[in-house]
Amino acid sequence: MIASLIEGVPHRALALLGALLVALVAAPLVAGDYLLTVLILILYFAYIGQAWNIMMGFAGQLSLGHALYVGLGAYTAASLYVHFGIGPWLGLLAAVPVAALAGAFIGFLAFRFRVAGVYFAILTIAVAEFARVGFDHLSWASGSSGLFLPVAQFTHNDLWQLRGHPVMFYYILLAAAVLAFIFCRALLQSRVGYFWRAIREDEEAARSAGIDVFHYKMIAVVISAAMTSFAGVIYAFYYNNLFPEQVFHISRSIEIILGPIVGGIGTLFGPILGAVILTGLAETLTAALAAAGIDLPGAKQVFYGICLLLVITTLPDGVWPWVCKRIGLAERNK
Amino acid sequence: MPADVYLNVAVGGVLTGLVYGLMALGLSVIFGVVRVVNFAHGEMMTIAMYIAVTLFTAFHLDPLVMLVPIAAVMFAFGYVLQTRLINPFITRPEYSQFLLLVAVAIIIVNLLLIAFGPDAQNVQTSYAYDSFQIGPLIVDATKAYAGLAAIVVAAALFGFFQYTRLGTAIRACADNYTGALVVGLDVKHLYALTFGLGAACVGAAGCMLLLIFDVTPAVGPAYTLLAFVIVITGGLGSMPGALLGGVLIGLTEAMAGLLFTPSAKSMFAFGILVLVLLFRPQGIMGKRTA
Repeated sequence: MIASLIEGVPHRALALLGALLVALVAAPLVAGDYLLTVLILILYFAYIGQAWNIMMGFAGQLSLGHALYVGLGAYTAASLYVHFGIGPWLGLLAAVPVAALAGAFIGFLAFRFRVAGVYFAILTIAVAEFARVGFDHLSWASGSSGLFLPVAQFTHNDLWQLRGHPVMFYYILLAAAVLAFIFCRALLQSRVGYFWRAIREDEEAARSAGIDVFHYKMIAVVISAAMTSFAGVIYAFYYNNLFPEQVFHISRSIEIILGPIVGGIGTLFGPILGAVILTGLAETLTAALAAAGIDLPGAKQVFYGICLLLVITTLPDGVWPWVCKRIGLAERNK
Repeated sequence: MPADVYLNVAVGGVLTGLVYGLMALGLSVIFGVVRVVNFAHGEMMTIAMYIAVTLFTAFHLDPLVMLVPIAAVMFAFGYVLQTRLINPFITRPEYSQFLLLVAVAIIIVNLLLIAFGPDAQNVQTSYAYDSFQIGPLIVDATKAYAGLAAIVVAAALFGFFQYTRLGTAIRACADNYTGALVVGLDVKHLYALTFGLGAACVGAAGCMLLLIFDVTPAVGPAYTLLAFVIVITGGLGSMPGALLGGVLIGLTEAMAGLLFTPSAKSMFAFGILVLVLLFRPQGIMGKRTA
């Protein structure tokens, strides 16, 4: 299993990956509180970006509503915790199926009726927005006034209840991001992965070749939704407060997909690189504007938007394929 | 509640819906011809709304009077945006176009935030509290003027596409890109014209909507979404469909606000969208292409 995973990977790439992993494991030993929060954000977006990439990058289905799965995961686990004292890991057993069902619902509706392309993207936005307004009026989940988890002291880490220091969340997200990376690589090399790419390149041709297009598109949506909901559970227990206006908002969905697109859609390393670039960019801008003494609300986002424009106009395939060419690594699965 | 309350709310909803329809018409025209989904559509409308607010507070110029000059400014904005930024992207994948326009939208929202601050602004016209009584119906003057203006602008656009040589040329680009190139049409220029027209439409709609609603920098994305819902409900690329979709959504929002709670009104609009996508994915007036 492990041997087949690393088969065909250049030694240089393996060495780089190993060094990166060691650096990430050691990071909390040297990183201060601020850097740690930034790294947590990066890992969070790297993980969700990987999940989103399964749908868009592998199977070619553009979802603009991934905040739905984050929100459903977060709200399911948090509600169970607040109302019944059920811990997050048990809550995960409910959160993942709920999100997977929502994904299956969207997939079933869209793929049965051949809703594709732009129409599919807007269906995903619509369902997420529907959930946002719905949760605003759902009193069991505290509606628009927000759902709050009892905040813990940082005296000891309770891994079972997910109460504790940010370092614990860092390692959980690091493990999740690494596992997602390995899982996605395995997916790409599997039969399903080849079918997905066939569908992405030419759906009609894939159908004529005998691939059950509906079936494999459904698998992509359900896996992606289920993976994303785990990040939602972590989100809920890390931030300890949930507002429908925040978790389900379209700007959350956009944040999720910016990383993989900037990094390189359909590549395994793109979501990770994209998360590093975008989170790093946002934090750098905050620091730079503070240093320059500019205190204008919106100034940071304007620069962010301009940087985004520059990246998308100069490197339309994303940064990772460009980096690959530069350092002489070819990602075969592009 | 007596029946005439429902009727009054319904008429108000239909009139607001006509303005929504004009806004969506701009999106529909752009998608129908350039094949680019304008994810910065609502944000473009807020630019027009802020121009109108500024002109009103500085010189007491009525937004409806300034409609044509503001639409002209937005036309120029759209033309330049298409030639400078979007044109290289028309052959790129959808997600790439999406990201480009999202970046444009982020820049617009935050530039407006820097320039005008986060507070809601509106115009207080002399006729803001007037109303017309037609039999048992009481119609707000602002909504009546806005709805009428929307019909006039939409009719002008229909006329342009149907009866002028330029309009016919643009339709030719939409129908057959290669054919348009073969007969020697300047497709790049026509695309830019179309994007400009779409921007002018949404600019005009912004002037009208300002009579009815406040503007903040943050409302842009919500209007972008609303325009999508309307256009898909009516049929992407269909001009009458956009207007009809606008009226349907305007009516739904008004009735949902009356019967349930105003904060839940967008849920009903999205509900309609889901139903339409399920049972008639090409939209009410759309043609099946795929």
